[in-house]
Amino acid sequence: MMAPAREIAMRINPDKCVACGNCTYVCPMEAIYIDPVIKRATIKRDECVECYACYNGLSQEHLNPTFVRAVRKTFAALRIRFEPEPDVCPTAAFEPDELTWPRVVRRAFSDPRVPHESTGVEGRGTEEVKTNDVSGRVQVGEVGFTIEFGRPGVGVRFREIQVMCTALAKAGVAFEKKNPVTSLMTDVPTGTLREDILNEKVMSAIVEIKVPVERTEEVIRLVWDIEKKLNTVVALGVGTRCDPDGEERVVAPILARLGYKLERAKTNIGLGRVAAAPQSAASRETVNA
Amino acid sequence: MTNTLHRYGNAESFSDDYVVFAIASKGKNDKDALPKLRRFLQIATEYKPVNLGEGRHGGALRPSREMSPVSHWKRDMTPDFQAVIDGLDHPTTCAAVFDNRVAAEDFVKRIKEEDLGLSINISTSIDGAEQCCHNACIPRHSVGYSLGFEGKTEKLPNTQVMMLSTMCGHGMVSHQLARKMIDWVKEGRRTPDQAVTYMSRFCSCGVFNPARAKRILEESIDGK
Repeated sequence: MMAPAREIAMRINPDKCVACGNCTYVCPMEAIYIDPVIKRATIKRDECVECYACYNGLSQEHLNPTFVRAVRKTFAALRIRFEPEPDVCPTAAFEPDELTWPRVVRRAFSDPRVPHESTGVEGRGTEEVKTNDVSGRVQVGEVGFTIEFGRPGVGVRFREIQVMCTALAKAGVAFEKKNPVTSLMTDVPTGTLREDILNEKVMSAIVEIKVPVERTEEVIRLVWDIEKKLNTVVALGVGTRCDPDGEERVVAPILARLGYKLERAKTNIGLGRVAAAPQSAASRETVNA
Repeated sequence: MTNTLHRYGNAESFSDDYVVFAIASKGKNDKDALPKLRRFLQIATEYKPVNLGEGRHGGALRPSREMSPVSHWKRDMTPDFQAVIDGLDHPTTCAAVFDNRVAAEDFVKRIKEEDLGLSINISTSIDGAEQCCHNACIPRHSVGYSLGFEGKTEKLPNTQVMMLSTMCGHGMVSHQLARKMIDWVKEGRRTPDQAVTYMSRFCSCGVFNPARAKRILEESIDGK
């Protein structure tokens, strides 16, 4: 009889792991635990989002596992607490796999060093108003929303994102075409995502939409209504153009009226310009407008 | 990448947190952006940033792939800004983090004079960014407001943990690590400086603010 195929995912080599526990603290999804039966760090496959914080973030020593276990046992027997650096894997036990579909979607939305294929942009794959001085994505009289799910430290499955997407589509909003979530829609006019990714969990994902400024309050109230039904956190960002004198007099008062106390913002100071020779890549577009 | 927008805290808590970043727009001006981004980072070093980073390789403090066991007792905690500049090999987002308004203002003013043609953004309190623009005589082009966290917020940890972990907007600094560092500092097992470096190494684009993190940790000792 053939052995079942090993699941392709980030793994911890049990021959190397010394159960020091450092990795259990650094996992943003709390998906790593010390299995008391095998006495090794173990990954909860379905909770792991393939963010690679363990593999990329922990410094790696390459100590002999047998030696480290012996030292740890001796120290424990003597009731001596050995307190190594907390951001180190002493035996370099993490072994990433070449992920396949649909699990690879987890990494695309969770490991910020991997550029999204759909946009070529690292992080969450969106430029939002950060390049608005060049892209002209959000014009005067428009508002661009970034609706982010799962961050910080909670995570989200696409099934939940789809709930918001279908509600927004029903309201007739425009999804940003050059956005990783939009690229996973099989039917943009209805906000329907690919069936085979719905159960995949990711660190976070951003849905981007654009509406006329008059619809700002309506969209926010819609998001409030839908987010109550989701089992995750939502971070809303609202981007808009400033007046020629640099003031923003339209959206902030709407947000204040809705009860938001605005503390922080990202301000594009307008120093960007389009390169002299036009480049070939397509400009940003919206669909389902 | 809204990795600096949704930092947790009120406007006052961002008084030592100014992230200035440069980004090229895909297909519009990214083709020849690399030397300009490198120039952006080089100029930033003249204004005493507390961190410097880029989206592909990380910040000024990075994990080691070949760490020596001796490092447990003698760890290098010095940020290596030159490594960030030298390692930039792709037109990605480049960021400089400052712990005071004057440095951020002066840097923005200088960047305007350099006329790199890249999109430049300031991520901080709304007033803080306005002052930077005012000082450099630049009218703001666009603004992206953070409306904070909503939904199942009962899943989120306490204020201090949130303030630390959200400084890596990509979520690479886990709540558990932030909580552990607060505990270790309170118990005297590590200094705030040491705890800050552990967290900084997990931030994969170098926007983590070690100065603000240190202040938050020190305030936690005082029970604030």
